[in-house]
Amino acid sequence: MVAVLGFFLFRVVPGDPVVSMTRGRPTTAAMQAELRARFGLDRPLHEQFWSYFTGLLRGDLGTSFTFRRPVADVIAERLGPTLLLVGTATLVAVLLGLWLGVRAGWRRGSPFDRVTTGVSLTLWAVPTFWLGMLLMMATGDLFPSRGMRDTDTPPDFVSQSLDVAHHLVLPSVTLVAVVCAEYVLVMRSSLLEETTAPYLVTARAKGLRDDLVRRRHAVPNAVLPAITLVFLRFGLVVGGAITTETVFSWPGLGLLFYDALTGPDYFLLQGLLVVTAGAVVVMNLLADLLHGVLDPRVRAA
Amino acid sequence: MNRAGKAGAAVLAVAALVAVLAPLLVPADALDVTRVTDAPWRPPGAGHWLGTDHAGRSVALLVLQGTGTSLFVGLTAAVLSVGIGTLVGVLSGHFGGLAAGALLRVTDFFLVLPSLVLAIALSTVLPRGLGTIVLAIGLTSWPSTARMVRAQTLTIEARPFVERARALGGGHTHVIGRHVLPSVVPLVLVNATLAVASSIVAESTLAFLGLGDPTRISWGALLHQAQLHGAVPQRAWWFLLPPGVAIVVVVLAFTLVGRALEAVVTPRR
Repeated sequence: MVAVLGFFLFRVVPGDPVVSMTRGRPTTAAMQAELRARFGLDRPLHEQFWSYFTGLLRGDLGTSFTFRRPVADVIAERLGPTLLLVGTATLVAVLLGLWLGVRAGWRRGSPFDRVTTGVSLTLWAVPTFWLGMLLMMATGDLFPSRGMRDTDTPPDFVSQSLDVAHHLVLPSVTLVAVVCAEYVLVMRSSLLEETTAPYLVTARAKGLRDDLVRRRHAVPNAVLPAITLVFLRFGLVVGGAITTETVFSWPGLGLLFYDALTGPDYFLLQGLLVVTAGAVVVMNLLADLLHGVLDPRVRAA
Repeated sequence: MNRAGKAGAAVLAVAALVAVLAPLLVPADALDVTRVTDAPWRPPGAGHWLGTDHAGRSVALLVLQGTGTSLFVGLTAAVLSVGIGTLVGVLSGHFGGLAAGALLRVTDFFLVLPSLVLAIALSTVLPRGLGTIVLAIGLTSWPSTARMVRAQTLTIEARPFVERARALGGGHTHVIGRHVLPSVVPLVLVNATLAVASSIVAESTLAFLGLGDPTRISWGALLHQAQLHGAVPQRAWWFLLPPGVAIVVVVLAFTLVGRALEAVVTPRR
């Protein structure tokens, strides 16, 4: 379905891709015809779809217009930096978000809850890219703000990793701040659902300390829907990664996205759409499977 | 409505007033790059209380001027998105069967797709303009509304009074128009308010990526300009802060109003 969407969006919606690809540039009718022939756009739609779809199954996403290389290769070499950034940010955001959400939700209406909720709502309203620009300006030369590594770093493993980590700070802080806000709110409301449950009264009645009631009883139950939502909102992280990478010139898929849309490089965009949408769908499948592992009730069903 | 909600509503009233009055407040040639006489990158001070941008235009006037576009796109995109969502939700909830099942599949599919990625793709293939932005945001953000409205529709249709209406010979139009729609309206209103908030953020993101309407000033477009002309290396905080703060304040206001309405519509125990 992702594949069909990708084809539809870039081949059917724009009418003639060649016209929109060459918009604003002087071209002759002959040049356009040649482009059409090169990309196979002069064949009937169903034939185009068939060749696109069979190509996709073989891992062939077409050829990038700007890079003059296969789209799959370009995407593959940008995958690492994005995984590093998104992975780090998601991990920190999930841990921090769930922890803050539990703290805030357990003491509903306390000053801590009000501050956490207020900050989260504000961060939720902040555009990712703007936060990135502000951080960049505020920290000045403290952290490098462009790219992933310096060219003059010694080639040994330790200094290379330190350099990458140093570059990673600002982009991941930006991404964490925005994504974490969502997780805090999700975890908080999920815990609030549990606070009036009868089993908590039982737990308290048998004399458990408040801390234990929270840790052993409320949180394990409340964390399930929260984790599911975390996976479901993975699309949000992807969106955040695009703008964060654009602001910090982080050489990953997000920056590639930006390069592709400024082109505009249709085949690259199409490939990126298929890959990111596919990744998000896979994450959702994972969420379903994980839910089964975490929750015995689902496993039985 | 709680205190935060009231504060949000007050902020929105001011923002709407600014948007309407902007043509009166901003002199026609003050934003024309060819006609401004001030020095570029001037920090805030006498004459320009928010400084000037890369072309010597007043940042304060630019932000005022951008209010209308940002609010307009946010509102229309939210109406489009919530409209589609309500339609899909009510239809798939009311009519069972194969078609509704297919509709539900499609909704689920679009629900998990990263909407920003889709919106970027849409606004790249369509011609640049305000309509494209509205379309790109509206067409990619409807599924969550559809899910919620569908759930509400199913709840309502299981109630005895709907069964009674059916037994008395009420057709589809009657049941949907008289019973289902009135009961989903509060939910839809809450969703619409929250959708405006996310639409404004989405607009600013698309505009920041250079996909906005090049002939109009919006808050996102201003930040795009700031990035393009190097406001960060110039340390021109006065060009970076105001548009962003405007976005945050208005989006937060919509969110607070939405949450306050939500608390009214679906009270928690």
